[in-house]
Order: sequence, then structure tokens, then C-alpha cells
Amino acid sequence: MAALSINNVCKTYANGTDVLKGIDIAIEDGQFLILVGPSGCGKSTLLNMIAGLDDISSGDIEIGGKRVNDLSPKDRDIAMVFQSYALYPSMSVRKNISFGLEIRKMPQGEIDATVERVAQMLQMTHLLDRKPSQLSGGQRQRVAMGRALARNPSIFLFDEPLSNLDAKLRVEMRTEIKLMHQRLKSTIVYVTHDQIEAMTLGDRIAVMKDGIVQQFGSPQDIYDNPANLFVASFIGSPSMNFIPAQVVESAGVLGVKICDDQGCVILPLPHAQDKMKPWLGREVIFGIRPEQITDARTAYREGLPVMACHIDVIEPTGPDTLVFVSLNNTKVCCRTHPTEAKLPGHSMELVFDVSKAVLFDPTTEQRIA
Amino acid sequence: MAKHLTPGRIVLYAALLLMAIYYLLPLYVMLSTSVKTLDDIRGGNLIALPQSITLDAWSKAWSSACTGVECGGMKGFFWNSVKMAVPSVLISTLIGAVNGYVVSMWRFRGSDVLFTLLLVGCFIPFQVVLLPMARLLGELGIANTTSGLILVHVIYGLAFTTLFFRNFFVTIPDELVKAARIDGAGFWTIFLRILLPISGPIFMVCVIWQFTQIWNDFLFGVVFAAGESQPITVALNNLVNTSTGVKEYNVDMAAAIIAALPTLFVYMVAGRYFVRGLTAGAVKG
Repeated sequence: MAALSINNVCKTYANGTDVLKGIDIAIEDGQFLILVGPSGCGKSTLLNMIAGLDDISSGDIEIGGKRVNDLSPKDRDIAMVFQSYALYPSMSVRKNISFGLEIRKMPQGEIDATVERVAQMLQMTHLLDRKPSQLSGGQRQRVAMGRALARNPSIFLFDEPLSNLDAKLRVEMRTEIKLMHQRLKSTIVYVTHDQIEAMTLGDRIAVMKDGIVQQFGSPQDIYDNPANLFVASFIGSPSMNFIPAQVVESAGVLGVKICDDQGCVILPLPHAQDKMKPWLGREVIFGIRPEQITDARTAYREGLPVMACHIDVIEPTGPDTLVFVSLNNTKVCCRTHPTEAKLPGHSMELVFDVSKAVLFDPTTEQRIA
Repeated sequence: MAKHLTPGRIVLYAALLLMAIYYLLPLYVMLSTSVKTLDDIRGGNLIALPQSITLDAWSKAWSSACTGVECGGMKGFFWNSVKMAVPSVLISTLIGAVNGYVVSMWRFRGSDVLFTLLLVGCFIPFQVVLLPMARLLGELGIANTTSGLILVHVIYGLAFTTLFFRNFFVTIPDELVKAARIDGAGFWTIFLRILLPISGPIFMVCVIWQFTQIWNDFLFGVVFAAGESQPITVALNNLVNTSTGVKEYNVDMAAAIIAALPTLFVYMVAGRYFVRGLTAGAVKG
């Protein structure tokens, strides 16, 4: 187990492409770090650099306080789980797990004990003598994890380990990885493009785009306080609503003006008064999550702004029904209780919980308030 | 699916049968002529069945037919070819495997250029290298020896074997090598313990391809290894061209079949891997 710190790390390829532009991330011993972002954001490159499979152009990576820039992968005390599992095709499961231990010259008795322990922990003792080709996707995934666990490294690296599994298995394995982390208290760096995996697994999330960390923080913090429009749109499903709106003053309180085809309301934003002042009369992007626009029964709080809206489409998901309305000519998603949702074509009273609403600058896309 | 023999089907099968016969006819003529007596050959026509079967021509071709002034049959030259082909095939395949491993898994600055240059080697006609190669073998003191011929075939074969192995290894995910590196395996451990065990099909392709090329080669054999160490293809040519009065067609045919047997044998033993190896990686899974 060890802390990891990444200081001003850059990666430039020979042809001049900047893949990573000054990454700063630090996690403590035992934390679960998620690198999340769309494809091409540099998250896998960063993971490969932590592993030592890619060279670092500038900056430092430290594992357990020791600079590892110039160490080869085998000397960094890491283990990695790959998206394709990368099991050695010609070796049995047992051999796959023991291969790394043999190379490290662990005594045979110790190897056998380790394989046995890992196999029991992942409930795959009965699979030990099979070849990878005889395993299902989920079992291969397990073996790949077992191989990493057997090594007992100071840091585990996961490169989109669940992407090749079907939806049901993915959820199961997700829980299992989390359970493993809670039990072993190991330091983990986990790359994914799936924001749900990021939210559910991470202690710390680094949201990346274009080789830059857009925001680094705890899952809840990133969800509630996105640093910019990209982070706000990337984290959360269904995505946050972004409504272009004018900042106006009403009864001494600043708010945003929201209209549909039947009329307008002004949503006062008492928590953001100071930061809104310079924007009075100008257009901003008003960001509000679907669960913050709901029916009166779900909102359960008095005194929130209410607006009757014309429903375009509804999408029942089971626990909630997503209601789509049109506000300021933008499609807006609202999460309502299934029994309260009205049918398309009808009008419905929606309650706006603006206490967590955010505002973005329409040109820089940075957070205003 | 209709299982009836429609007129269309009958025409199709008839055409296929005809083509099969057309292709097999030379083999039949060779086999039947080789077991005929000379009288039988002179008396009957080319495709008539032999009146009596004799293996005299075969034993003569093997041990006492004349190839030029020598009259020791094909025996010695057959072993010459074996001594030349087996090491050439093995050495060129093994070096090709390492080359392919390096240019696919351990790319370095200029490795793509190197690979392209090697690829060009596949297209150099034999005739172009004859004179420089003769000079080189002379300098090395291995002109007119089997070792010299082995060197020529290894160098010439490398372009192909490297290409085969490289194309096979690029279909294997990089992650496999990355995983092994993290596990602590080095260059040779990864090659010997992870990649070689799954390279069976492409090994077969290389062996078949190289063996056929090298065994059937005539030009290099006649230029670089005349006389005692000449390969069987050259000896066959000499045998057929050596006339001592009567032309012994049955001996010629037997000698030709003897010269062709090893390649046929290799195809039969390893042929099923050939198609599998050539299409490896074409489909996922």
C-alpha cells in the first residue's frame, strides 16, 4: 500500500501532439482514484505512465514517496488489470496467477499458498486448471483480478476492466471491486469512461478532457459543485439541464427568467446573489439537475417556485418517470414520481429546487455561481 | 435446401469432375509411367494402364541412374537437399520469429523503416543477387558447399518469415506484452513463454512455405552448389538430360516423383495448419 502523487506530468509524442498537459493529482494511501473522461482525454496514457509502460515527457510520479520516473514497470511494485484481461492464452489459470510470482523467484511453497488464497477469495478454485479460452467473460475478469491480487502490490491499476462485460455482470463486478477495496484497503487507480462507475467506486475522481484535469475531488463534490460546463454535463445521468437564461432582478432578489409557451417565471437564486450581480441583464447558462425539477409530492418542501409546463414526452424508468418539457426553447428533463407524472400534451405543475442550481458563463463555459 | 439433383447441379458436378481429371492427369501419367517397363512404354500410349507393375525404375532412379558422369542415382542428392532444406527452414523461421516479435511488439525509432526494407526483400528477383552472392560466398570460402546454400536460403527467406510472424504478432493485443512486463518478464521470457506457445499455426505456415521454396529451388542450387553438393532439383535436371542411347521415361518419372515427395509429405502433415495460419487474426475470437 502506498500513496501516489503525480506532479505536473506532461506527455508529448514525437510528432508534437500534447496528450497530457500538466497533470497534478495526489491521493493518500488506501484511496480509490478514478480517472474518468471521454475517449482521447489521456486517461489511459496517464495510467500507462504510472505503470511505467509509457515514458514521462516531463514532471514526476511518486509512489510511496519514491520517484519512479526511471524505474521499469516490474520495479514499481504495481499490478494492472486490463480491459482485454490480457490472460496468457497458453497457460492454465493457476499458471497465469503464478507466472509473476515465479519470475520474482518466490519459493514454490509460498506460490502455491498464494494461488490457493487468491482463488478462494475470488471463488474460482474449481477453475484453476482451465485455460483462459474455456472461461466466460466474467471468469476471465476474475482471473485477471486474481493475478493482480496475488502479487500484493502497493498500487493496483485498472484500465477499464468492466467495459467488456454485459450490463448485469458489470454491476456485479463493480460491487465486488468495491468490496475488495474496502477489505484490502489497497490504493487503486481506476480508468473508466463510465461516469456511473466513477461515482460509485471512487474516493477521489479526476475528470479529464483534452489532457487536462478539469476537476479533482470527491464524487459528491464533483456532482454538486461542477467546476465547468463539461464536468457538469459529463457526470450524472440523465445529464444536467442547461438552460440559456437572462439574469433579472425581482423584488430586490436576483434570479433567472424561465419561459415556456404559456408564460414566464423568475426563479430567484438567493444562494448566488453576489456572484450574479455583474451578470444582471445578461444571458447565462442556468444548470439544474433533473431531480431538482419535480412534482409537488416529491419536492415535499414548501415555498419553492412552481411553474405549470406543457409536457412533450415522458419516459417511465420504473422508480421515476422522466418528463420532458421545453423551457426557453431548450429540452429540459425532469424527474418525477411515476404516479404524479401527467401524459404528453397535458400541462403539469413542476417545482424547481434551485438551492443547488448552478450558473455558467456562456462563452468560457466556466462556473459563475 | 433442395437435395434433388437438378439439371444445373449435374452440369456443375460434371464440370468439376472434368476439371479434377484434367488436373490429376499429369500425376497419373507420371505414376503409371514410372511403374511400366520400357517395352510397355514404347508399345502402349501415354495414358494406358501398365500391363505389369515393376519397381525397377524406382530403384534405378534412387540408386544407380546416371546424372552426368556419375551413376549413383538420386540418393546422395536427396540427402543433400535434406541437409540443405532442414537447417535453412529452421534457421530462417526462428530468426523470422524473433524479427517479427521485435517489429510488432518492441517498436523502436526506425523499426517501421526497417520492416519496410525487409518487405522489399520479398520482391527482389533471384537473378539480381546471383553475382554479388557468388562473390560473397567466395570471400567467405563457402562457395559450392551446402553451408553456402543454407546461408543464401536463410537470407532470402528472412524477408518472408519476418513478414509472416510480424503479421501474426500484430493481431495479438499489446496488453498481453504489457501484462507480462508488469509481471516482471523480460524480452526473451515474453517471447519464449507467452508468444511462442501460441504461434503454432504461423510456425506451420512458415515451415511449409520455406520448405517448399527451398526444396524446389533450382537457380540457387545450380549456381552456388554444383557437383557433389548439388540439391535434388539440379540432379533431376542432370538425370533427365543425361542420355545413354535409350530415353528411360520410367526412370525420369520415378526420379521426378522422388524429388517432389517431401513437399507433398509436408503439405499432407501440416497442410491443415496452413489455411488456419494464413487466416489467423482475420476473424476475432
